[in-house]
Amino acid sequence: MLKLVNVKTFYGNIQALKGIDLEVSEGEIITLIGSNGAGKTTTLMSISGITPPGSGEIYFMGQPIHHMSADKIVSLGISQVPEGRHIFPQLSVMENLHMGAFLRTDKNRIAEDIEYVFGLFPILTERRHQAGGTLSGGEQQMLAISRALMARPRLLLLDEPSLGLAPKVVHLIFSIIKKINSEQKTTIFLVEQNANLALQSAHRGYVMENGKIVLEDDADRLLSNEAVKKAYLGL
Amino acid sequence: MTSAAIEVFLQTLIAGILLGGLYALIGLGMTLIMGVMKIINLAHGELMMVGMYIAYWMFVLFNIDPYLSVFIATPILFFLGIALQKFLINPVLKVDSILPENQVILTVGIGMVLANLATIFFKSDYRSTPVSYATNAFYLSDYWRDSPIELSLSVPWTVSFVLAVIITISLWFFLARTDTGKSIRATAQDTDAALLMGVNVKLMRVVTFGIGSGLVGAAGCLFLPIYYLFPSLGGQFTLIAFVITILGGLGSTIGAIIGGLILGVFESMTATYVGMGWAPVGRFVIFVVCLIFLPGGVASLLKRKKLGK
Repeated sequence: MLKLVNVKTFYGNIQALKGIDLEVSEGEIITLIGSNGAGKTTTLMSISGITPPGSGEIYFMGQPIHHMSADKIVSLGISQVPEGRHIFPQLSVMENLHMGAFLRTDKNRIAEDIEYVFGLFPILTERRHQAGGTLSGGEQQMLAISRALMARPRLLLLDEPSLGLAPKVVHLIFSIIKKINSEQKTTIFLVEQNANLALQSAHRGYVMENGKIVLEDDADRLLSNEAVKKAYLGL
Repeated sequence: MTSAAIEVFLQTLIAGILLGGLYALIGLGMTLIMGVMKIINLAHGELMMVGMYIAYWMFVLFNIDPYLSVFIATPILFFLGIALQKFLINPVLKVDSILPENQVILTVGIGMVLANLATIFFKSDYRSTPVSYATNAFYLSDYWRDSPIELSLSVPWTVSFVLAVIITISLWFFLARTDTGKSIRATAQDTDAALLMGVNVKLMRVVTFGIGSGLVGAAGCLFLPIYYLFPSLGGQFTLIAFVITILGGLGSTIGAIIGGLILGVFESMTATYVGMGWAPVGRFVIFVVCLIFLPGGVASLLKRKKLGK
């Protein structure tokens, strides 16, 4: 479904991605783990077209997308929940959700999808008219995921959904992510620092270090891999 | 207070509000551009000057009323703004070695070129537009015979103010209700998130610069019947717009409206109670006071109230 071939991305003179190869198949939950500064967020931003790769190729459903603009990529069915949530602070919860459906042409089915995400996160129903900036961190994360779902993505990119949240909320969010994957058949590409949690939820995983993929395997095999245990699971 | 003193106070307040409504329109254009582009457009006043000259020549050559010229100058300025953004500001944005702050310097240059072109073509003469209603006024006593105090409202000031309010309200609806308006607000609030929603941020920057320029062009038409016109008047209005933008809080539309009204009333009060020539001083006193005590502008007060409940 998604394929990255030797992707190299630069910020000015600094090379953040040093040739990434990875593949995501339809229906999978894939996780990309690694420490701070390894290039995980850059990988997602390259896929979304926010920081387009300097060289290399990215294919989505067989179509090259590495030269496409960000809005074109969204319209193909790739939505991202960015790190730090990036809720529109002065727009209400409803307006934020409508922004998520910005490129959709089937406007009459948007209400249906709003009901669906309110079903996933009932707390958002109560907050529907509140400004996004007034929500708690956990609620903002729920809103960010809901907003991304409003585009009806085929591939959902999630960047650090557990960042800065209480364990209980993290638990809820991960159970919803699995639910979205099994109910909606949405393919999920999850970037996480919480490697333990990510590998428990995912089918397969990639390990990233200094802008390179250093390891790739089934998630449960990575969980028992000695090097991964030592470096990322704190065991 | 004697009734005469009350009369002077109310008359000053009214003059201030009328002026403030027009100021708000100038400030709105700048704050919109500021919100989306993250730069202060220091050619703002010069764009207004261009709008005024358009309205002036329409009046002199074709006898078109300046208020009707709003419909001519606004679209022209809209496209001028789009051209400036597309062909001058965007190319500078693309070069990595040029800091975004330097776009501000570019806008200073654009302003200078516009002011000097106007001097070349139209000479540096002061011009005023002899509209027939320039000195007409509404008097309170005409409507309320036994009124204990007498107040007057200048016709052109009132019409300009009302039109400014109508334009402001239309802008409000545009931003709140239309897809383009929502994209502009989303881009101003969080550019990355807007990109991820599929908003064409590049296009929004161009459109916003056009709208900001169009607004200040409309303001120029509204100012023409009540003000004189000369090529270098832009700088003064750029400063006014800048003060309003700071007073209101960078990028905040409500802030710009409130900021414009505060500035208008404050200037009018300074002119009446301190002295005519002191009005610009008052403008900068309030600017400095705002920077010291309320650096986030009116918008930060509004935000605090919303979050504190």
